[in-house]
Amino acid sequence: MNKKLICIECPKSCSLEVDVEDACVVSVKGNECTKGEIYAVSEIQNPQRVLTSTIRTEGLDLKMVPVRTDKPIPKDKIFEAMERIRKMVINRPVRAGDIVDADFMRLGVKLIVIRKVEAAGHVFFRKDRKVA
Amino acid sequence: MIKRELVIVGAGPAGLAAALSAYEHGVKDILLLERDQYLGGILNQCIHTGFGINYFKELLTGPEYADRFIERILKVKEIEISLKSFVVGLTKERVLTYIKPGKLQRIKARALILATGCRERTREMIHIPGMRPAGVFSAGLAQKLINIEGLLPGKEVVIAGSGDIGLIMARRFTLEGALVKGIVEVQARSMGLARNMSQCVWDFNIPVYFSHKISKVHGKNRVEAVSLVRVGEDLETSVGCDFTISCDTLLVSVGLIPENELIEMAGAVLDKNTNCPVSDNLPMTSIPGVFVCGNALKVYDLVDAVSFDSMSVGYAAAEYLRR
Repeated sequence: MNKKLICIECPKSCSLEVDVEDACVVSVKGNECTKGEIYAVSEIQNPQRVLTSTIRTEGLDLKMVPVRTDKPIPKDKIFEAMERIRKMVINRPVRAGDIVDADFMRLGVKLIVIRKVEAAGHVFFRKDRKVA
Repeated sequence: MIKRELVIVGAGPAGLAAALSAYEHGVKDILLLERDQYLGGILNQCIHTGFGINYFKELLTGPEYADRFIERILKVKEIEISLKSFVVGLTKERVLTYIKPGKLQRIKARALILATGCRERTREMIHIPGMRPAGVFSAGLAQKLINIEGLLPGKEVVIAGSGDIGLIMARRFTLEGALVKGIVEVQARSMGLARNMSQCVWDFNIPVYFSHKISKVHGKNRVEAVSLVRVGEDLETSVGCDFTISCDTLLVSVGLIPENELIEMAGAVLDKNTNCPVSDNLPMTSIPGVFVCGNALKVYDLVDAVSFDSMSVGYAAAEYLRR
């Protein structure tokens, strides 16, 4: 059986033609690099996506801290993952790369912060401090 | 009047890259003006992945991509950063007027780089008739409300236009529990990247109406529905098939226009259709010593290309100052 996919690994968005037999990938055509082949196999056998979202804060400079999974998670877990993230609160200053959950939903992936967020009232630069 | 060697307006990806590159090519007096209270520009609200594959050879989100440049620029003492600083005036002699809390400042720059980015095209620019109720947002504004402010602008959403920001917001609204009832595209094909059609639209079975346009917005105080009509090959004439989708929110994602009011004020030549600067010496505008980079120069698809190109604009400004 032939299946058509679009590779999401880079902006080139290669159109892939995947030959599938008994849920196994026999061949992949149309990919410009090896990432396309890996993506096609994963997409047929166990579709996965990196999830990005935001977590509410308390006492921080921004209302939301953006986060992501460090690796892709199964597509069918995405809405459950959103439910979990919606219930979380971050109340300490964080930097990009900080770990929110070291084994998120027991999926073997980390939930990590992607933006530095300081405590409320923090002033970023010396120059601004003088003005304030 | 205070004089500076190089002034850069805008600390998004273009301004950050131009500042670093100018510094590396010998400019040791740089003032970077940013109207927001954070560095990084629009990248801060682009929390999705897809950035950095070409520049950093890894897949990053917008804030992570910005963070890499921010960390580098904070280490350079010669680059003075002024936040909450909004430039309101520019002359062809390169005299800038800007306001910041408690201050109105006027400075003269020997060279100037405008990295002022672009704006979203609006509902008015694509002539969607109907009432003017609450609930009509540009896609980028909705992105800011959700990702920065933590507010969900609506629960039942129709998206006009299939640009990348609109497709990405279709997924974001869906993940946040809203129902995206359709994407309406006047062309016969998607305007966004194919991978965004795949991972943002098909992944969530969101209906796409190609060759359709929105013929009316219904609702007095809040959007209640939108009417769609199928268009012919001229993209204007209705060929029938009117129908209505109930919704409380309409997102508009119909392209971007460079924001070039400052150089226009100073008398630079702009293209009337695209609002891009026109000059024989691009990236220098028709005003000597005034350069433009990033989305203000032309609208880019990828931030990686903005970084690469803005670095060469930083170099061009450094060369200009050497002469």
